[in-house]
Amino acid sequence: MSSATTTEASHSPVEGGHGHGQHAPFLAHHFDTPAHQFDSAKLGMWIFIATEILMFGGLFVAYGLFRGQETEMFHQAHERLDKIMGAVNTVVLLFSSLTAALAVRQSQVGDRKGTTRWLIVTLLCACIFLVVKFFEYQHKFHDGLLPGHYFTAHLAQHAHHGHVLPYRAHMFFALYFMMTGLHGVHVLIGMGVLSWALKRNLDGKISSRYFTPIEIGALYWHLVDLVWIYLFPLLYLVG
Amino acid sequence: MNSTDLMKQLPAQWSTFGPGYDWLFYFIYWMSVVLFVGIIGTAIYFVVKYRRQPGVKAEPTGHNLVMELAWTVAPVVLLVLLFHWGFAGYVSLTTPPPDAMDIRVRARKWSWDFEYPNGGHTANEVTIPVNRPVRFVLSAEDVLHSMYIPAFRVKRDAVPGMYSTLWFQATHTGDTRFFCAEYCGAADEPVTQPDGTQRDTGHFSMNGLVHIVPQARWSTFLEGILRAPTHPDGREFTAAEWGEQLYTQQNCNTCHSVNGSPMTGPTWQHIFGHEAALADGTRVMVDENYLRRSILEPNAQVVQGFNPVMPSYQGSLTDRQLDALIAYIRSLR
Amino acid sequence: MATEVEHAADPHGGIDPNENYLIAGKGIWSWLSTLDHKRIGVMYLISVILAFFLGGMFALLIRLELLTPGRTIMGAATYNRVFTLHGAIMVFLFIIPSIPAAMGNFVLPIMVGAKDVAFPRLNLMSFYIYVIGAIFCLFSIVSGAVDTGWTFYTPYSTTSSSSVVSMTLGVFILGFSSILTGLNFIVTIHKLRAPGLHWRRLPLFVWGMYATSVIQVLATPVLAITLALLAMEKVLGLGIFDASLGGDPVLFQHFFWFYSHPAVYIMIVPGMAIVSELFATFSRRAVFGYFAIAMSSLGLALLGFLVWGHHMFTSGQSEFATMVFSGLTMLVAIPSGVKVFNWTATLYKGSIWLTTPMLYALSFLVLFTIGGLTGLFLGTLSVDIHLHDTYFVVAHFHYVMMGGTVMGFLGGLLYWWPKITGKLYNEPAAKVSWAFIFVGFNAVFIAQFIMGSRGMPRRYYDYVPEFRPYHAFSTYGSWVLAVGFFILAGVLIQSLLKGAKSPPNPWGSAGFEWNTSSPPIFSNFAETPVITRGPYDYHEATEEELFDGFPEDFKKTVS
Repeated sequence: MSSATTTEASHSPVEGGHGHGQHAPFLAHHFDTPAHQFDSAKLGMWIFIATEILMFGGLFVAYGLFRGQETEMFHQAHERLDKIMGAVNTVVLLFSSLTAALAVRQSQVGDRKGTTRWLIVTLLCACIFLVVKFFEYQHKFHDGLLPGHYFTAHLAQHAHHGHVLPYRAHMFFALYFMMTGLHGVHVLIGMGVLSWALKRNLDGKISSRYFTPIEIGALYWHLVDLVWIYLFPLLYLVG
Repeated sequence: MNSTDLMKQLPAQWSTFGPGYDWLFYFIYWMSVVLFVGIIGTAIYFVVKYRRQPGVKAEPTGHNLVMELAWTVAPVVLLVLLFHWGFAGYVSLTTPPPDAMDIRVRARKWSWDFEYPNGGHTANEVTIPVNRPVRFVLSAEDVLHSMYIPAFRVKRDAVPGMYSTLWFQATHTGDTRFFCAEYCGAADEPVTQPDGTQRDTGHFSMNGLVHIVPQARWSTFLEGILRAPTHPDGREFTAAEWGEQLYTQQNCNTCHSVNGSPMTGPTWQHIFGHEAALADGTRVMVDENYLRRSILEPNAQVVQGFNPVMPSYQGSLTDRQLDALIAYIRSLR
Repeated sequence: MATEVEHAADPHGGIDPNENYLIAGKGIWSWLSTLDHKRIGVMYLISVILAFFLGGMFALLIRLELLTPGRTIMGAATYNRVFTLHGAIMVFLFIIPSIPAAMGNFVLPIMVGAKDVAFPRLNLMSFYIYVIGAIFCLFSIVSGAVDTGWTFYTPYSTTSSSSVVSMTLGVFILGFSSILTGLNFIVTIHKLRAPGLHWRRLPLFVWGMYATSVIQVLATPVLAITLALLAMEKVLGLGIFDASLGGDPVLFQHFFWFYSHPAVYIMIVPGMAIVSELFATFSRRAVFGYFAIAMSSLGLALLGFLVWGHHMFTSGQSEFATMVFSGLTMLVAIPSGVKVFNWTATLYKGSIWLTTPMLYALSFLVLFTIGGLTGLFLGTLSVDIHLHDTYFVVAHFHYVMMGGTVMGFLGGLLYWWPKITGKLYNEPAAKVSWAFIFVGFNAVFIAQFIMGSRGMPRRYYDYVPEFRPYHAFSTYGSWVLAVGFFILAGVLIQSLLKGAKSPPNPWGSAGFEWNTSSPPIFSNFAETPVITRGPYDYHEATEEELFDGFPEDFKKTVS
């Protein structure tokens, strides 16, 4: 009768699988090899990205439903969004995705300084995005373009080129703030993740053998960018 | 009205939906009993027959694709049948005949208003003619409610902002009960009844009677609801008396006292003919116009110190009923 | 042989990997900062048991109030809070995390031959997220509590003055704990299986955890956005669910049930997963139709996303949607039925040992069958109209959640108790507690089927006198049920304090997790195992594997 298990010393990290008694300091005890650990981290981040897509998906569905019911009103309301600022933010985020990818590349070839440089540029782009967003929101507050009870753009003092919006347009702005607001929160989270990756790099923990934090941080950042790529045309261009 | 046998699963059926519904219910029931006895009986038999014995080994598990396919496919057949019958029944539940009589039903925390084709209203009870199709057009004033009449086997949610409908044809005269079947909260405190007892109101108290009357009595009933109610000796109620009856019937007493104590809403005692301070800082004279507006657009001029939570009675009260309530409040000056 | 491995930093944090995990690392801080999946599982276990007792207290209060019509011990507004909290605590603080986080965490890595889950730090973080979420919920309870029902339907929840926002925030946070647990398990199962453990040899518990994790990861984010929208509606008056502002109250129901229906599969699939293990071990043969059971778990995960509208047949959703949802609901019955038939067939020609875990597994079979069959009433359109929002529904879901999942949880708890604690419990006393629980449970809920179909709506503080006998019977049953749980608590406490030491494999199971010491060492295995047989291959396992350390006389009776 065979038994469930046989032991093979060469598979066991505890026993010293590489035969030289030297393990990478970043290798957790339950993984066999650095590649094994890296693959697992990537799979984990992809699954997390799937959850984020589902979360935003709910908002996109709500948007689709309400837009279907009030297409004309949505179109009217979206004219009040600043397309230029939205476009600037789109370019900034796309560029930041590029710099994030460059940071990964530099970490893969062991260029610590280059990794730092590109991560900082990415973070700066994120800051620019948030600053532009701040000004956009400020304009909305000023014009009474707010959700629910706070909506006052139907009043005469908020007429735009002589037209006021119908009161029902508050629904568009409810969705606008919810979607861009949640996205903004994710920009902040992404900045946190990238800052953590930057810190690990500055501490000397990143090398061509171990660049997982940069890789998965950038992967998350690409998601943040991707969500905006959907939000911008939907809200600003199509309405 | 209801079976006295505690083990009988369904109440008496008093609508045309009853026989079809009950047949399908009991079909599923007996099918379930047979399946349950079959499966669990087999399991118990195996547990007893194959309990562990010294020296007797378990046999390694084999395969039986035919059996696995059989018990995967056979249920599909049964389930398709159930779906078909259920769907057919549902179609009839949601397709009223074109000559159905409409009764408009408005639900609010925690009472029901029924409006009849002649404009008359009843509160918390409804009268319908037997053997005629009746359609309830439902809506809610504040939160979700649901109209459920077990004896007719019908139920439909009342949703704010939209109309929903249910229909039935009663086959039996008498009284049966309807319930609210969508949770809608409760009053924080019980209300004191005219007779001094305490009564809790809420989701659970939004029930009342459906009076199913013979055709002959139906038109008499319809005429009667347009007039004020009468005393046993035939005298019509005065406006104030009628208002006093409406005060409890329409559940105003849930939030307004008549003895001076503030509740969720202001008391009605001593308010008529005096000024009241409003939440926006202005003052207003409490006269017939203010009272009418407060009942139909309650959150337009809220008294200071109270929250804008009163549901509107727009459409739920005839003009004469409004006059009666105002007369009652006036009588409390 | 190399005994020292040089790490720039000690990978085990100063802990001897070959020591019993319970004592490897001393002091409360070593527990609170542990990365060991077994310790995290134990902390989760203690938490969900506490949540169960809290939710159970609320249940007893509900039944006590309903013993008589009118006021019994509390007013209507209080009652509404009590039933809401019973539901919210039981769903979010107990049942959803229970089997995956408390038992999956402990057993899953061992079953796949791994030393830990893929992301131990994420695991610990998910536990603390659970604690923080629980604190928000507890804060909500003491600051006025919630009276909306655990389903938070709008517009009642957006206009209620109760502590809706702190409760929704608490549940939102708890959702992340659930997501991270699921994420961890998926990566663990894909990436950390020991050599030789291909998918067709995976224990059915692992298949169940995999399917559950997929649901957790895909469904919970939708709950997150639903609750976020609800909170923003309350705080900012967004208007999405408010009819007077152009919103749609029924939309909330769609959003809510899009998560909450898959959520019930998060609740039941782990229970089924444990039951598969129990049937195999205590019949001493492989579960019949292994592949069908594995696939049916995935089938439930997939189909579970397609049927949410069956909670809304009377809500005013379109007739077309209603029809589609009823049809799909019928389909979702098939995978569950397949499992019930396969478990029954597993008993055939087995060698059946009626231990308390097996009694719980058999209870699951009986009670889940009843719960599942009553689901057919509810999936059949015309029949559901009369039964929706009555006690029939309450009885149905308690039969599947308690008669199903909780029976599975208790069976798994007693089954893996020797593995987790290294101690045996008092078998006869445990059987007594099982009897009270089984009888009490049925007494509580069987009466509710009848009063439901007779027209008793749910969430009622008061009721018309005709329903009094059913309510009274149900309340007496709740006292019997409570006695059963108190006896069980006594059994477990006695085992912890004075229980006999357990051999590594007290049940003689061929499952992989029984091939380690009880309790396991910190790193689970001295060397990574290589798998050469399936977990139910009793005819291929060695005597030593099955009876390692077992008393001689027992060996003779269990072959």
